[in-house]
Amino acid sequence: MSQPDPNRREFLVRMAQGAAIAGTGGLLWTYLLGNESRAAPYALRPPGALAESDFNAACIKCGQCVNDCPPHILKLEPAGGDLPIGMPFYEPRTGACIMCPDIPCMKACPTGALSPNLKRIEDARMGLAVIDIENCLSWKGLRCEICHRECPIKGKAITLETHPRQISKHAMFVPLVHSDACTGCGICEKACPTEVAAIRILPHKLVQGKIGEHYRLGWTFDTEVTQDFKAAPQAAPSATPEPGGKAGGLDYLNSGEGL
Amino acid sequence: MNAPASRQETARTDHAVPTGLWAWRYIILRRISQFGILLMFFGTAHWGWQVAKDTPLLTGNLSASKFIGLIPLTDPFAALQIFLAGHVLQQESLIGAAIVFALYLLVGGRVFCAWVCPVNLVTDAAGWLRSRLGIGTLVHLSRGLRYFVLAATLAISVITGLAAFEWVSPVGMAHREIIFGLGAGFTALLAIFLFDLLLLKHGWCGHLCPLGAFYSLVGKTAQVRVRFDKDTCTHCGECARVCPEPQVLNLKKLEERGYVFSGECSNCGRCTPICPEGSLKFDFKPLIRGHLAADAIAVNRRTR
Repeated sequence: MSQPDPNRREFLVRMAQGAAIAGTGGLLWTYLLGNESRAAPYALRPPGALAESDFNAACIKCGQCVNDCPPHILKLEPAGGDLPIGMPFYEPRTGACIMCPDIPCMKACPTGALSPNLKRIEDARMGLAVIDIENCLSWKGLRCEICHRECPIKGKAITLETHPRQISKHAMFVPLVHSDACTGCGICEKACPTEVAAIRILPHKLVQGKIGEHYRLGWTFDTEVTQDFKAAPQAAPSATPEPGGKAGGLDYLNSGEGL
Repeated sequence: MNAPASRQETARTDHAVPTGLWAWRYIILRRISQFGILLMFFGTAHWGWQVAKDTPLLTGNLSASKFIGLIPLTDPFAALQIFLAGHVLQQESLIGAAIVFALYLLVGGRVFCAWVCPVNLVTDAAGWLRSRLGIGTLVHLSRGLRYFVLAATLAISVITGLAAFEWVSPVGMAHREIIFGLGAGFTALLAIFLFDLLLLKHGWCGHLCPLGAFYSLVGKTAQVRVRFDKDTCTHCGECARVCPEPQVLNLKKLEERGYVFSGECSNCGRCTPICPEGSLKFDFKPLIRGHLAADAIAVNRRTR
């Protein structure tokens, strides 16, 4: 066996020491990053922003969208704030998106974190307006309706519905938000006259439920009724055949286990 | 500063050590560059500076920007991290990264550190105060550690799907918060100041910063370098005393190559005015090669 080369040994030890410092630091670093990126789920991003985790990866934190925003509503989160560091956001109560048709913030983005696939500002989904009906003036029976009147897509994103008023013969006119048209611009939140806004923009994932594929709304106009229903999987061959031998839907009451 | 008379006699040129403002020329130029770039960003963001109607002067920040509404500029290190985090960058930022990368390949990667980076103002201040107060070193770290931090940055970007350094970078924080509004980023600068002042000389820029490490690697091809004249050098050590990366002034290696070749040299120009013999001067690498060739020919003639 040859003598171990002291230089080589020293080199290897130094490499191991460097790797150890970078490794322990790296673990701490990874932990910090995880915390920072999950900081708060309620950040409202400019139009065209990618889904949260993709946006976190793609945004280079340059602030060009902030500079190019005509109403100057976008801000970059400074260090130590509630939201993930350095990325653009807006707060509708103080500064709502005015939905510029040419989407200058998206065009300013160099990395594609604000996706150029957004062609029409009406297709932006920055958030969703949610009404607190306990504090909404219209739901108190007043003819407020300011959110409906201010809405840039009124009649589609916010409609007025009639709602019976307990003992009075006069109906209430209450606003209703439709997620298929609401962009989350926040003009309604900005305009709401209550002390704390009764209509607010929140990220979709915080407010939207999902009905699930297995519900068939047989009474809706565009749903085919019963004809293309598939039979229940062959898992229960011993089940009693359906009376009359028709094409079977799923019998939720008796054989819906595991749904 | 005063070289002994015998040394001056042997010097090939009758070089006088510059005094007054001229001795500070590179520091002054660097501050003008650092503040000027910061001011261009700030003025565009806050005062709407533009070169023509609807063409802002310099929008964005050091991570990514657009100069006169035309030339995209992107931090190539940030772009690399974002790519490793799993995002395919749009063309504009790729072109911007290529432009910046090419520029630093030419002038030296760490020119960013000495002439552009806002943290340099903080670390220079800490370094100056440290030498004034004569503070000793508490922590010893290898200057090679930054390359491990660089490797960790890239690995963590892949693992977490986030541009690892961009999320914690004091450089980015400082720049963003000066341009786009204050936050806790200044505490990071304060931490760097205290670390550099009290714990380790040139601690952040010279030992830890992965961006500096990245640009050190980029800097290997630099065409602007400090030329070293071995005939006039008296080995007084003034240059190494002021150099923030004194390992690049290894005289034995400098004598072989004739110029400061390490990518870790930031072309800050501290060594050139302070050299009593004028042995260190900025020059272009091809010209340096030319000088060396001419010297070799001269030597050949003499020995023939």
